[in-house]
Amino acid sequence: MTRTRPADPSTNRSKSTGGGGGTTVMRVIVPLQGVVQGRGGLVLGSLIPCALFYFLQLYLKRHRSNPNPPTPPPSPESESEQAGQLVELPVLPRSLSRALLSPRGAGGPVYVSGRANSVLKGGESPYDVGLRKVAEDPYDELGNQNGVIQLGLDENKLSLDLVGDWLVDNAKDAILGGDELGISGIVCYQPLDGLMELKVAVAGFMSQVMGKSVFFDPSQIVLTAGATPAIEILSFCLADSGNAFLVPAPYYPGLDRDVKWRTGVEIIPVPCRSADKFNLSITALDRAFNQAKKRGLKVRGIIISNPSNPVGSLYSRESLYNLLDFAREKNIHIISNEIFSGSMHGSEEFVSMAEIVESEDLDRNRVHIVYGLSKDLSLPGFRAGAIYSYNKNVLAAAKKLTRFSSISSPSQRLLISMLSDTKFIRKFIDTSRERLRAMYLKFVTGLNQLGIECTKSNGGFSCWADMSGLIRSYSEKGEFELWDRLLNVAKLNVTPGSSCHCIEPGWFRFCFTTLTEKDIPVVMERIRKISETCKSHS
Amino acid sequence: MASSASKNSLLLSKIATNEKHGENSPYFNGWKAYDQNPFHPTENPEGVIQMGLAENQLSFDLVEEWIRKNPKASFCTAEGVEKFRSVANFQDYHGFPEFRQAIATFMSKARGGRVTFDPDRVVMSGGATGANELVMFCLADPGDAFLIPSPYYPAYYRDLGWRTGVQIVPVDCDSSNNFKITKEAVEAAYEKAKNNNIKVKGLIITNPSNPLGTTLDKDTLESLVTFINQKNIHLVCDEIYAATVFSSPKYTCITQVIQDMDCNPNLIHIVYSLSKDMGFPGLRVGIVYSYNDDVVNIGRKMSSFGLVSSQTQHMLASMLSDEDFVEKFLATSSKRLAKRHRVFTKGLEEVGISYLKSNAGLFCWMDLRRLLKDQTLDGEMVLWRVIVNEVKLNVSPGSSFKCVEPGWFRVCFANMDDDTVEVALKRIRALVGQEKKAQEQAQVKSTKKRWQSNLRLSFSSSTRRFEQEGVSVKSPHMMSPHSPMPHTPFVRAIT
Repeated sequence: MTRTRPADPSTNRSKSTGGGGGTTVMRVIVPLQGVVQGRGGLVLGSLIPCALFYFLQLYLKRHRSNPNPPTPPPSPESESEQAGQLVELPVLPRSLSRALLSPRGAGGPVYVSGRANSVLKGGESPYDVGLRKVAEDPYDELGNQNGVIQLGLDENKLSLDLVGDWLVDNAKDAILGGDELGISGIVCYQPLDGLMELKVAVAGFMSQVMGKSVFFDPSQIVLTAGATPAIEILSFCLADSGNAFLVPAPYYPGLDRDVKWRTGVEIIPVPCRSADKFNLSITALDRAFNQAKKRGLKVRGIIISNPSNPVGSLYSRESLYNLLDFAREKNIHIISNEIFSGSMHGSEEFVSMAEIVESEDLDRNRVHIVYGLSKDLSLPGFRAGAIYSYNKNVLAAAKKLTRFSSISSPSQRLLISMLSDTKFIRKFIDTSRERLRAMYLKFVTGLNQLGIECTKSNGGFSCWADMSGLIRSYSEKGEFELWDRLLNVAKLNVTPGSSCHCIEPGWFRFCFTTLTEKDIPVVMERIRKISETCKSHS
Repeated sequence: MASSASKNSLLLSKIATNEKHGENSPYFNGWKAYDQNPFHPTENPEGVIQMGLAENQLSFDLVEEWIRKNPKASFCTAEGVEKFRSVANFQDYHGFPEFRQAIATFMSKARGGRVTFDPDRVVMSGGATGANELVMFCLADPGDAFLIPSPYYPAYYRDLGWRTGVQIVPVDCDSSNNFKITKEAVEAAYEKAKNNNIKVKGLIITNPSNPLGTTLDKDTLESLVTFINQKNIHLVCDEIYAATVFSSPKYTCITQVIQDMDCNPNLIHIVYSLSKDMGFPGLRVGIVYSYNDDVVNIGRKMSSFGLVSSQTQHMLASMLSDEDFVEKFLATSSKRLAKRHRVFTKGLEEVGISYLKSNAGLFCWMDLRRLLKDQTLDGEMVLWRVIVNEVKLNVSPGSSFKCVEPGWFRVCFANMDDDTVEVALKRIRALVGQEKKAQEQAQVKSTKKRWQSNLRLSFSSSTRRFEQEGVSVKSPHMMSPHSPMPHTPFVRAIT
């Protein structure tokens, strides 16, 4: 199929080299480009006043050496990617098909959709670059000691062995479900919003991880292929294209894609500050709401993550009540993303939005909870997410929308057996929390010893570290430089605060649950080296 | 509470509150009828038989056998579990390389091995449903349109347009040429859309066709490729029934066609799935295979919204790379489909029901025009209600496939066992007998009407070869002693 590859895209990446010929000259010449290049055609040309032609001729006489203005300037040299130039500049994808157009074609490029184009042009974010670098050159204690260490992905490998052991003992019938169920219970069409048995099991699991104080009703659950589609489906259900959600920032880097990309919905970050320990203030929320209103944006809801990703902090009971009051006052929705609620490692108590809503009789309709097994059961590969909503209409719409993203049935069967084994689940949750706590303490202690402070965290797989002391200029640029050095010199993939829409420069997210204890000294040593060079410079 | 609920529903999006999910159509009402009263040979023999679901259950025994023989693949043994760690945590939207390789190989095998596929172009998605939507998200903006030859899959409207805002412009096909897609019809629909200021972004074809069960020949495919190339619009080929071809003519897929043509590959996209060919809808494996690098690149990023569980990927990677198994499965499946099709259509012939001659699919496109009281879509709905509520068969009326000609019905035959097929046929026989009586009465009332319907009937009979030869009811197998046919007014009319 080699023939189907389009022409070398590098020739099309016109990186607008600009600058070259002096800006005053450019300003004069730009209106005439059409004529000079023949693009505007004769009609346009004849409309241009003679005086301008005269000027042009004069100009051309004087600057004969200067070739035509910046039509295709695709110098491959400008592509030379130094290590520093990580974020690829936007590319112009449209010409790539031109070379292949058949002569009898109608001419003109192949247009993909605006959504596709926005991503093609947008290039990679630091978050994406980091993940790619790890994929290309992953650290391995024995095989690749100089490889990139993954601290940018919030997945949990600390307790996978427990799940593996369970499978050895129990999985025999978990897939085919014993003899009575058989193959057609697996491969045939199943309810697209998930098997009822799994909803029951997930509801039970949610109660268990969220402290048993809340009862979750399986009939209020819609299962989806991971939390990503769960969030997208809620965006589709609650907002129209052009509407907006308020989201306390810093927030998870993937949320932009999940909420905005295909739905056309906007996110308005609500800045939280280190002075408040990155807790959300209702004043900031109110300000953001009003600003949005002034811009003519219709705000349809608030999306919080509790425990917060990346900060790891929790919403107190009081702050949740305040949030609900705010939502009621503005008549908007609340989406509470609680996918880390089982991954607590601190001393504070987790309070689910469900608990708040259960205690109030009114206003349940505006509350929607996102849950998933990717984090708390450390099974992201299984793609099991859930929407828990009190709103019948949302549930009905979401059920229909799951046809685009439902969970594969063998995985549902396996999860039903696993979650129904309460003894195993209890042991798993306890062990997992213990290991998480140990790892968190070790990692944060390591950072503290290097003089790097973290915000107090109670849950999740990451810590939120203040490295503003190590950046050369207190700006996003300074943060970007440090991130670049961490990735390319120290070979650590961490997430810069700017990727999380943090307004204060110098904060970084370190995910520590993909590491083993042995890796911690290696990571700390690499950070130390970087911090020393930073200090020597300043 | 009630007032707060209604107030709250105002807060929901248009997508959540509009009717674009299309579930209030007869197609889905039939399903509801089935859900409320499903047939069971012993427990509910009077229940509704599901013939509205294109599900392939004829070769499950082979799959079951394979899973039992290969417990490792589904982590059911200690050895299998070793692989588990890497699998459980795997969430890369590219999919396992082994999985993509296995899919590429399978896609080739499902097309008779006449073409090959590049695993790097395989993009994962949540079922063909998700795959179709994903392609639309990549190719079109809200308000843009795709041409689709009708009759077409009822849920297209929802899958392609609900969340993306893409419109469907039908290209009407009818029985006058056996529902063939002609370049002229496509061109006309294109021009008409253009005149209405609708931006047409492409053409979607289903090959083999759902609901027709026919395949497109090479000439048609070539002319369509030329057409989209001239207009510089996309061609999306839904080939999810590729391996259900059970008799001649041989299947020609789009890959085969564009190999020998001078065309812009950036315009060609294939939608595939394991739901029909393997009968695995529960596994939710959908595939977009695009020859356009941008679509592959963007589509992968969109996969996150409908990823196939890694466990399922792992299991399928081993299952589909087992060449002996795949070959045996495909051969057996095709043989069984052919047999089932033969049994079913023979049953129809015995009661004088004609159908579109087909060589693929899990269904039959049944011609009940002569049973319609009115040759209108309303007439079709009247008959359909009788079939679902009284005859207790959930079949899908042509109108739900946007068929412009009333009286056609899609009947799925691969989602049941042999005994159920017999029950279904028995019920169809009863239907014909019952309708015959009603028709006779109607005939007494109006001879003019009869004349009209006679005309239509001879028109329809051209869709069947043996009728074209003018032997229609004289062919011996149609003259079954049990057949009520010779007595019906229609037969008299033909002869």
